[in-house]
Amino acid sequence: MNPSPEKTEDLSLTGNNAEGGSLTVEQALANLEGADLGLRFYAAWWLGRFRISEAAAVTALIKALEDEADKTPEGGYPLRRNAARALGKLGDRQAVSPLIGCLDCSDFYVREAAAQSLEMLGDPVCIPALIKLLAVGLQGEQLISKQPDLSQPYEAILEALGSLRATEYIPLIKPFLEHPIELVQYAAARAMYQLTQEPVYGERLVQALAGEKLQLRRAVLADLGAIGYLPAADAIAQTLAENSLKLISLKGLLEHQVNHTTPSTFSEDTIKVMNLMDSLL
Amino acid sequence: MNNSDLAQILIRAVEEADSSERLLDAVQELAAAGIEEAIPTLIAALGYNNPGAAVAAVDGLIAIGEASVQPLLELIDNYNYGARAWAVRALAGIGDVRALDTLLEAAKSDFSLSVRRAAARGLGTLRWYQVPPEKLESIQTQVLEALLLISQDPEWVVRYAAVTSLETLAMSGDNPQSGNAISVTLPEQASRITNQLQQMLDTDVDLGVRTRVKFAQQKIQPQQHQQTFAPKRKVVDPELPYRGGSRR
Repeated sequence: MNPSPEKTEDLSLTGNNAEGGSLTVEQALANLEGADLGLRFYAAWWLGRFRISEAAAVTALIKALEDEADKTPEGGYPLRRNAARALGKLGDRQAVSPLIGCLDCSDFYVREAAAQSLEMLGDPVCIPALIKLLAVGLQGEQLISKQPDLSQPYEAILEALGSLRATEYIPLIKPFLEHPIELVQYAAARAMYQLTQEPVYGERLVQALAGEKLQLRRAVLADLGAIGYLPAADAIAQTLAENSLKLISLKGLLEHQVNHTTPSTFSEDTIKVMNLMDSLL
Repeated sequence: MNNSDLAQILIRAVEEADSSERLLDAVQELAAAGIEEAIPTLIAALGYNNPGAAVAAVDGLIAIGEASVQPLLELIDNYNYGARAWAVRALAGIGDVRALDTLLEAAKSDFSLSVRRAAARGLGTLRWYQVPPEKLESIQTQVLEALLLISQDPEWVVRYAAVTSLETLAMSGDNPQSGNAISVTLPEQASRITNQLQQMLDTDVDLGVRTRVKFAQQKIQPQQHQQTFAPKRKVVDPELPYRGGSRR
C-alpha cells in the first residue's frame, strides 16, 4: 500500500514556503560561495526554486558546476547536481554550454540533471552531445546486448531529445522502446510521439495507465500531460492515481490544445477535458 | 434479502478484508449498494489510508446524499487529518448547506491544497433551495467573498476550482436542484464575479486557469444575453457585461 499521496504533495509545498522565506538573494549568493557545504547545497536549490534569474546568480551557479569541495564517498557531486537543476529553471542560455560540459561528468546524477535542464532551456545546440550519451546504449541501431543498461540517464536524455525536436535522430531513439526498464520505454514513447505525432506512441502510454504499479502510472500521467495527447483524456481521468496528478496531466492536454488551435471558440475536445477536470476537483 | 441483511453482509466483508485489494473491492461493493446502514462503515473507510477505498467510499457517501452529512460533519470535528480531507470531498459532492461553515473554513485556510481545492469546488455546488429565503442573501454574499479570496490562492488548481464555483454562482437558477443562484438574488453582486473573472483572464499566470476562466465567461454570458430579452427585467447592455447587473 502506498503512503498517503495527500501528505506527500502537501508537505513538499509547505516545506518550500516555510524554509524558503528565511533566505534573501544576497544571503543565498553569499552562502553559495561560503565555507558551509550544507548551506551551499541549499542555496543552489533555493535560487532555482525561487527562480532567481539575475546575472550574479547565474554566474555563481555556473561556477558551482565545477565544484570539487562537495563530494560524496561514492564520488558524487551534490552541489553540481543542484546547480545544474537550478540553471534549468532560470532560463538563461549562458548556462547551455556549461551544462553540455556536465554531460561528461563522472556523476550519473549530474549528467541526468544537466540533460533535464538542457531540455528546459530548449536550445537544440545540445542535441549532438545528448546523442553522444544516448549512443553509449547502442550498437549501431540496436540496444547494446548487456541489459538492463543503467549506465546513462536514458530517460532524461530521451525526453530532452523529444522536446528539442531531434527528428533526424529518430532511428537512434526508437530502439529504446524495447529497453527493459519501463520508465525508459515510456520516455522513448513520449519522444517518439513528439517527433512523429504518430498515435501509436501515444497509445502505448495510454496502455501503460492500466499497468500494475502506481509509481509507473504516475510517471505516465506526467508524460501524457507533457505531450498533450488528447485521446488519453478518459484514460487519464479513470486510472487509479491521485486526482492531483490527473488534474496536472489533463491541464497539460488542455494547454496543448489551446496553444495549438485558434482559440475564439472551444472545440468539443477542449470542453471535454475541462469537464473531466471539473469532475476531479 | 432485505436491505438490512445485505448491509450486514457487505459491512462484514469490509471489516474482514485482509489485503488492500480485498478492502478496495469490499468498499466498492458496499458503496454501490447505496444503503444508509453503510454510512458509518464508509466513513471509517476514509481513514484507512487506502486511496482507492477512500475514493469508492466518497462516491458512495455522495450517492447516499443528505443522510451522510451529519455523520461526516461529526467526523470532521474529531481531528483525523487524512480522513478529514476525504470527508471534505464527500461534503463538497453532496452540496448540503449544513456543510457551509466547514467548507468555508477548509477552502480559506486548510494547509492542504487538495482540501482547499475540494472545498472551493463544494462552495459552488451548494443547494440553495435548502436555505431559508431570509438568509439567502447573507449566505450567498459570504460564499462569494470566500470565492473571491480563494481565486487568488497560490496554487493553480485551487484557483481553477474557485473559477468553476464562481461560474455556478453566477448562473441563474435554471437547475431546479440548486435553486436560485446569486445572479437572481443579488444582481449587483454578480458583477463582482464577472469583474473578477475578467481580471483573472488578464493577469493569471497559469494558462490552464485562464482557459477555464474563458470557458466560464462563455457559459455565463449567454445568460446575460437572455436577460436582455426576459420580461420585467432591466436591460443589461450585452456589450458591457462587466458594469454590473440591474438595480430593481
